[in-house]
Formats: sequence, C-alpha cells, structure tokens
Amino acid sequence: MAKEILLGDEAVALGAVHAGLSAGYSYPGTPATEVMEYLIRVSKGGSLFTAAWSVNEKTAFEEALGTSFAGKRALVSMKHVGLNVAADPFMSASLTGANGGFVVVAADDPSMHSSQNEQDSRFFAQFAQIPCFEPADHQEAYDLTREAYDLSENMRIPVMLRLTTRLSHSRGGVETREPRPKNSLKPGARECWTLLPTNARVLFKKVLDQQAAFVRHSETTPFNRLEMNSGGRTLGIIASGIGYNYVMENLRGAASPPPVLKISAYPLPESLIRRLVEHVGTVLVVEEGYPLIERAVKGMFGIHGKTVLGRLSGDLPLAGELTPETVRAALHEPPRERQALADFKLAGRPPQLCVGCPHADTLKALNDALDGVETATVFSDIGCYTLGWFPPYSAVDTCVCMGASVGMAKGAAEAGIHPAVAVIGDSTFGHSGITPLLSAAAFNTNMVLIVLDNGTVAMTGGQPSFATGERLLRIIEGVGVAKDHIRVITPLPKFHAQNVRTLKDEIAYPGLSVIVAVRECLEEAKKKNRRAE
Amino acid sequence: MSSSLKQDIILAGVGGQGILSIAFIIDNAALKEGFAIKQAEVHGMAQRGGAVQSHLRLSKNKIWSDLIPRGEADLVLSVEPLEALRYVDYLHPRGRIVTSSSPFVNIPDYPLQESVLERIRKFEGSVIVDSEALAKAAGTSRAQNTVMLGAASKYLIVKPESLVEFIRVLFAPRGEKVLEPNLRAFELGRKAAG
Repeated sequence: MAKEILLGDEAVALGAVHAGLSAGYSYPGTPATEVMEYLIRVSKGGSLFTAAWSVNEKTAFEEALGTSFAGKRALVSMKHVGLNVAADPFMSASLTGANGGFVVVAADDPSMHSSQNEQDSRFFAQFAQIPCFEPADHQEAYDLTREAYDLSENMRIPVMLRLTTRLSHSRGGVETREPRPKNSLKPGARECWTLLPTNARVLFKKVLDQQAAFVRHSETTPFNRLEMNSGGRTLGIIASGIGYNYVMENLRGAASPPPVLKISAYPLPESLIRRLVEHVGTVLVVEEGYPLIERAVKGMFGIHGKTVLGRLSGDLPLAGELTPETVRAALHEPPRERQALADFKLAGRPPQLCVGCPHADTLKALNDALDGVETATVFSDIGCYTLGWFPPYSAVDTCVCMGASVGMAKGAAEAGIHPAVAVIGDSTFGHSGITPLLSAAAFNTNMVLIVLDNGTVAMTGGQPSFATGERLLRIIEGVGVAKDHIRVITPLPKFHAQNVRTLKDEIAYPGLSVIVAVRECLEEAKKKNRRAE
Repeated sequence: MSSSLKQDIILAGVGGQGILSIAFIIDNAALKEGFAIKQAEVHGMAQRGGAVQSHLRLSKNKIWSDLIPRGEADLVLSVEPLEALRYVDYLHPRGRIVTSSSPFVNIPDYPLQESVLERIRKFEGSVIVDSEALAKAAGTSRAQNTVMLGAASKYLIVKPESLVEFIRVLFAPRGEKVLEPNLRAFELGRKAAG
C-alpha cells in the first residue's frame, strides 16, 4: 500500500485504525498528544470510529476499557505521567484482561523536554505483568501497534505500546497494509470483569500463569532479533527501542560490527539474552529510560566472568535521553570532527508566555496583590502559566503534578502558611482540581484558588477544555464554595488596579475564595480568526 | 558527508517562525525524489517563544538515528541569526550555514546584531540573507521562512521544482493571497543566495 510520512505518534494511531479500532480516548500531554490529534483527524467526525479527548487519563483509560469490555478494539494514549493518573484502572486491567483488543500507549519524555519527571513506563508494564512493545522506528510503530492488537486478543490481555519523545515527534516513512474490519459487539463475561476478591484471585492466578507464554512470544517475535554479525566474542550489545538506532548509526561502516540483540518486545526474551551473554565477555546495554534491561541482566551480584555495561556502570549517563554522541562514547569511538562556536557567548532562549497572554496579566496582578507580603506562597500547576516561574514574573513557588496546586495550598494553609494561593488552568482544574477543591470547601480552608480560564489546553496546542465558562462556575459553586467568594475577573491591563483589589480582598478573607480569570488564549483566538478568513 | 546520496540539515528558529513548514516542504520534495527521510522536531512547552530546531535527514540509504550526530550536518538553515549559531557544533567541517540576518529579539541579553553576523561570517561559505526585507518585497512579512527555503534551495539535494510543487501543496489551500507571496519569496531568497 501507500507510503506516508508520519510522526511516530501518528504511525501508532494509523496502525490502530488499520487494526480495526472502534474507539480511542486520551488526555493531551507532550509527547503523546499527536496520537489522538491524528485519530480525530482521520475519524471523519467520529463516523468511522470514536476518537475523543477525555477529562483526564483515568477517565480515558476507563472509557477505553469499556470499549474493550464490549468486545471492540480500544486505544488509550497518554504521556508517561498520565499513566500515574490512570494507574488505578491500569493495574487492575491486567486481571480483567482484554475482551476486544486493548492497547495502552504511553509516551515517555526522557530529558524532560516538556515534563516534570522522566519516569520509564516499561516499569509500569512490568508492574502490571503485561506485554510491552517498544518500536525503534516509524515502520515498527505502525507494525507493532497492529501486532499489539493481535497479541491482546490472542492472549486476552492489555498490551502497552511505549514510545519516547524522539520517536513520537520524529517524522518518517511508513508502508501501510490492508486495514481490517472492526469487531462486532460481544460483551465480556461478568466473572472476568467483576473484581470481587473471589473472582480477582482466580484472575490474578491466570495472569501469573500467562507469564511464560508472554516470554515465549518475546523470544519468537521478529521484532526481537539477535544479529550475530562478525564482530567476534569480545563485546555484545543489547539495544532497545530508539537506543537501537543510535547503536546502528555508530556501527555504520564498521568493518566487523559486534553482535547486537535488538529488543522491542517485553517481557524480556530470556533465551535470546542468554545466547548473547554466553557468546561474549562484555555486554553493553543501550536503552532509553531507566536501566531496566541492564539491571535484569546484571542482577544484584553481576554475572561471573562477564562484564555488564550501561547506565548503571556509568558508560552511559544515568539521567536524560540517549544521543548519538553518548552512545558513540560508550562504544569507545572517537568523537566526530565538527565545527565549534569557540568564544562566542550564546544567549539562551527559554520558552516564555506569548506577548499579550492573559496569564501574564493575572500573574502581574497577583504579584502586585502580594507585594510586600513576605509569607505569601503561590502553588502553581501544570500548564503554560508554569512559565510564570521565570523572570520577569517569578510569580510561582511550586509545580508538581496535575491538580497539586489545590491540595498543596490546602495542606500548606493548614500548616500555617498565609496567604496560600493556588493557581491552576481551567483544563487542569477539570482534570484533577475539582476533588481537592471539594475537600477545601468542606473545611472552608483559608486559601485562594485562582482558576485561569483561557478556554483551552494551550500548552499542548489547543485541545478542548471541559471545565470552562459557565460550566466551570457551576462546578465551583457545586462543590460548595460560598457564592460571595467566587469572583470573576478579566485579566487585561486596563483592569489591572481593579483585579489587584479583588485579589487583595479575597486574600484578606479568612476562608476559601475562588477567583476565575476569564480571557481566551491568544493562540486560540488567532486560530479562530484564521478559520474565519 | 556531502554527496548526492544523503543530506543532514538542522532547521533552526524561534517557536512560531514556521520552521516546520520548511520541513514539510523539504520532506515531501525528498520523498517524491525517492529519498528516505527522518525529521525530529520540537513540540510542547519548548515551542512557546523559545529556541526550536528540527533535525532533517535525507538519504538514499537507510537512516538510523532520528537525531543528526554532532559533526554530520551538511547545513544549518536558520530563520534567525542567533539561532543559527546555537547549532554549529552539529556542522561537519565542510558544512555550511544559511541564515536570515533578521534578529528575533525576545530576550533581555540578545547580543548586538552585528556581532552575531560577524561571528556567522567567520564560518566558511556561510550565506546571510535579509529575509525580512525580501519577505516584505514578496508581499508578506510572514514568508521569511519561505525566503530562507529559497536561499537554501541552492544547496539542497532536492530539486527547486520539487520544492515549489510542495510550496503550492502547503499554501494553495489558504488561497492565492497566501500562495503568491510565498512563491515570490522562494524566488527572491534563491536569487539572494547568489
């Protein structure tokens, strides 16, 4: 069939569509966003299959699980930290198993290009004891997604597809194959889907019994390959996912390349690893993320007479993503000759709020309202407004995870911090801010919550927000915040003095206040104008 | 490195300057001419007014790494002069800089424009084009990226006709008012590269 240029994320999405997808759900998050953007784009307004943003990853996961229960093929996609939010259903979905094929796409962000940590989702797959696929390139992203649906239905188990930033956000050519039709409706058996202890014990035993079959799959799939090459018995390389590309880049043109075991399917292919380890004296493990393979191969005490190298040994850096250069150094190849900037001082250009951004006006008003109040603490959240940490604003003191601003402000207020101000965007509030606000309202905690309602998920490119406008106000009132202390402001320079006064009044009030700053995201306004042209 | 079989290009600029449009045009032109491509790009937080870059690899053979190894780039193509300098350690000893001279100043410590240009000129074979003036001459200041694509077209392994074809594919849906200035911008950039 046709060859298309696709992002890694898009190759996964198209693989799912061609595997007979009935429904995909997601919450936006870099680097996973483009999986759902693509699904929505090709779903013909939902007429071909369901493709929808959800309120958060847990919701998205459960929606997809419902699709699988119904016997149809489902996909849920999220960034690595999104899987933390969805961890509750994720960990139990290995017990329910999949009725219709179920693929969980987790996109990791090593080096934290756009994230608060760099956790490695392969550990989550291992934790839940489900198979995990890790494509090395675009073609594999497409092929392995299709394979994941087959495995999921054959073994009746959810399958994780793990991506990392460099594949998610790289474009490459993909040869597609004939699509297959969707499944028809066939609900799951109630004894498999009701995790009462009496059922769950039986189902957990089944998952444990399946492990050997998962390993056998890993040992026989063509996506795990031991290439013995001609390079003798000194060094052998185990390379997974995108790490394989960096190894091959550096072995290009090598006269006698060492044996390479490429791993793209987990649990680990034990017999293939054994063959390589027995063949060579030193094994170098090249993997994107934490040293999962390296630790498994090495064990606590190492292997007698063998040397295992990788991130743990210091041959590769323990933190951050791999690069062609770090892998080259681990292979003891000299650096390539290159040009240099020498003594020129290069000014950095960090990301920043757009000129005229409504968040900037709110943060300026907040800074003025808190001017001279030494004890004030601003608990921020995940979104563009986190950039308010940088000068000239230097307006926020914390950012941890989705929704943490609200709960942290409550805890800190109760610990004696005053004023305690939480700042959260409308979509992040919908995602994880409502329940902690319910808690703060129940205790009428002395804190101020500012919801920045720009009507969109801005940082990831403008996906719909579910907690915006009138509905947002009704939610805030609905969880029990006193009506007199729900204030709406318009963050514009001309209202600055008035907004500072409102903020000061609510900070002075010894109870819970919520201030909603309403102004549309500039990028979204621009998009609307372009569409209207 | 520089052979008709492969080309590695770093595209540089500031978020919002349209380097992904340049990448789209080169990618598709290359695919049409039978090259394999890989193109790594930046999304998410880093896009907001910050330095952005894209690694674009074209080859008649298998491409392994999505990132260009430092020392392998044949070309740094930048829509902004300071950003051109940010990636010179990717350049092969015989690699070349093609850059705009028009600064995008959104940081307090932006160096003097002349000192930036002077540093760029020290790299052998570098090509500096006033993309702002040429884009305005073409009819829209928003076509600076297309001016720079035109300037780079002198050094790309894909044919200018193929590039023009995909300028049409990209901009035609936005109407003649957008397409025509971009076609002119490409030609002006190409001429300016000498």
